[in-house]
Amino acid sequence: MNAQTETNSRELTYSEAIREAMDIALGNDERVILMGEDIGVYGGAFGVTGDLVEKYGTDRVMDTPISELGGAGVAVGAALTGLRPIFEFQFSDFATLGMEQIVNQAAKLRFMLGGAVSVPVVMRFPAGSGTGAAAQHSQSLEAWTAHVPGLKVVQPSTPEDAKGLLLAALEDPDPVMIYEHKLLYKMKGPVPAGHYTTPIGKAAIRREGRDVSIVATAIMVHKALEAAETLAREGIDAEVIDLRTIRPIDRDTVLASVRKTGRLICVYEGVKTLGVGAEVSAMVAESDAFDFLDAPIVRLGGAECPIPYNPQLEKAVVPQVPDILDAARGLTKGRI
Amino acid sequence: MPELPDNVPYAIRTYSPERLRDAFLKMHLIRKFEEGAENSYTRGLIHGTMHLSIGQEASAVGACMSLTDEDKITSTHRGHGHCVAKGADVEKMFAEFFGKETGYCKGRGGSMHIADPSKGNLGANGIVGGGLPIAVGAALSAKRLGTGAVTVCFFGDGANNEGAFHEALNMAAVWKLPVVFVCENNKYGMSTSIERSTAVKRISDRAAAYAMPGVTVDGNDFSAVTEAVDQAVAHARAGEGPGLVETLTYRWRGHSKSDRNRYRTKEEIADWQSRDPIVAMARLLVDHHIVSEDEIAAVEAEATTIIENAIAAASAAPDPKVEEATRDVYTALILDEGTPA
Ligand SMILES: Cc1ncc(C[n+]2csc(CCOP(=O)(O)OP(=O)(O)O)c2C)c(N)n1
Ligand SMILES: [Mg+2]
Repeated sequence: MNAQTETNSRELTYSEAIREAMDIALGNDERVILMGEDIGVYGGAFGVTGDLVEKYGTDRVMDTPISELGGAGVAVGAALTGLRPIFEFQFSDFATLGMEQIVNQAAKLRFMLGGAVSVPVVMRFPAGSGTGAAAQHSQSLEAWTAHVPGLKVVQPSTPEDAKGLLLAALEDPDPVMIYEHKLLYKMKGPVPAGHYTTPIGKAAIRREGRDVSIVATAIMVHKALEAAETLAREGIDAEVIDLRTIRPIDRDTVLASVRKTGRLICVYEGVKTLGVGAEVSAMVAESDAFDFLDAPIVRLGGAECPIPYNPQLEKAVVPQVPDILDAARGLTKGRI
Repeated sequence: MPELPDNVPYAIRTYSPERLRDAFLKMHLIRKFEEGAENSYTRGLIHGTMHLSIGQEASAVGACMSLTDEDKITSTHRGHGHCVAKGADVEKMFAEFFGKETGYCKGRGGSMHIADPSKGNLGANGIVGGGLPIAVGAALSAKRLGTGAVTVCFFGDGANNEGAFHEALNMAAVWKLPVVFVCENNKYGMSTSIERSTAVKRISDRAAAYAMPGVTVDGNDFSAVTEAVDQAVAHARAGEGPGLVETLTYRWRGHSKSDRNRYRTKEEIADWQSRDPIVAMARLLVDHHIVSEDEIAAVEAEATTIIENAIAAASAAPDPKVEEATRDVYTALILDEGTPA
């Protein structure tokens, strides 16, 4: 990370921060191209690419046909042979159509070829619920790609990290999948100007605390921080850890926190079972941090169903602040 | 019906005045449904998205003319029109659009998933191209089970660049299945024009690669759509295999709830609006003395009333219960982690 001072940092939205990262990358490196559906004149379904096509032209900001399998594969092939493509899936749900190229090709080519090649492709996945777009446009499937050795998977929760992780992904020789929660696109936060990277594989402690560790991803980081404020008024001191990367996961930060607090809540939007929370819980259970636990681990994740359309139902099936409050109060009841 | 000369349009020669009047009513119902949906959205009553098919009514209704309730359709994200054309109840459609328990999907699906299996509508789809292989599967069932049913598969010009399109057409042809692929070519997949996305000029040219008949028609001409699709349906029903019909049409509104139209010109939009399929249908029916000028206005008024009543009833319907959010994931509940703590 190059030295950044507070003074050259401005307030940007999460999507502006991503756009700035792509702008810097396109400006600095001829090998960088953007590919995706409606990322040119339309500016992207969520406006993330914006007017970059006007600055860099349609040869470098390429609208693909509606061909996720082919498009992702072209990005993989281009990355294999000298380009640095940033491929946008219009919604992360549509990456299901591109899974072959992600899972069988991008993730494995280096290994299968005995290290003779690398695939420096970056893929962006707008993910998550909350937009009323129902079951096929609201999923949180990051655990799918995080299950595949050969891929790196990040979930930035702030504008600063959205930019820094994208620039880090571009410098990474291996395929990096970036899951961007759609409800974060409009969120503002300080973003350093110029080029910097946020390390892949490193969690961030967003709030220090003594009583309970809340390990969260993406939008849940903000819900956890909101809950932590309320808990503080009740005398419960929560530590909030933003995982940021789910493969490779930052064991050290999580385990150190659990050793300190003795209580763990893991909160994420993906379906609860067989997700990020299972991995975090197992990490603790398999380590000496287990001995420090004063209470059972709590996982808060998405309900065991597709995301419903009706807004009340849509809200009810993913963890909300009151769910985190209840869990923290339950874990600390009568003990602090 | 007495034989009519060939210079009389196909639809007039083929369908009774009652069927034609009903088709005209359905076209109005689609237009009014879409306007009602748009209005509800603008008034902030909808949390979600929608894709309006204003301007494409002749294609939806024309393609369903020779289908019975046993015949199936698969639809798309822009599916309200197909749904009405296949005989859906607009009140249940609005209820779904408003996320109500009384909606076609009990409020779980919304605009992009409205389906009516009782009328053979296997559903809209949130995935571009998602319905294509499903339509082939429905045709496989019909053939194996000997039901005589035909499946009409609606999809857009954008969908023809998905692998699913090519795989589906090939299997349909290899297995000679009773399915008719209806590509509603409205020139754009979201912002990407067919010229910028598609290697062939006419999507119907792609039929040749799968050894099936392919034809392109004016999708705003109800009779032309009906003639082409009816012929393909008859062919499929007779066991002669699949066909592809491309209907050239245009969506008047933006891609989804809003859209800055930066990929097309005002002139282009105005040009297509001057070829309103509903106006053309009215002219067809009046010219051939199917309905009088007075009746034309009456049909529109009837559609307006039906839609107003549907919106009122659907708005007053109950929401689904939050405790039942995980219902219907499986036929029998095998795993209940419930909603978050
Ligand atoms: C697999 C997949 N990719 C992308 C999208 C996003 N998307 C929804 S509709 C659409 C355009 C579809 O164009 P077309 O098939 O021509 O249908 P039209 O919208 O014109 O009716 C796109 C890109 C999607 N829903 N599914
Ligand atoms: Mg189209």
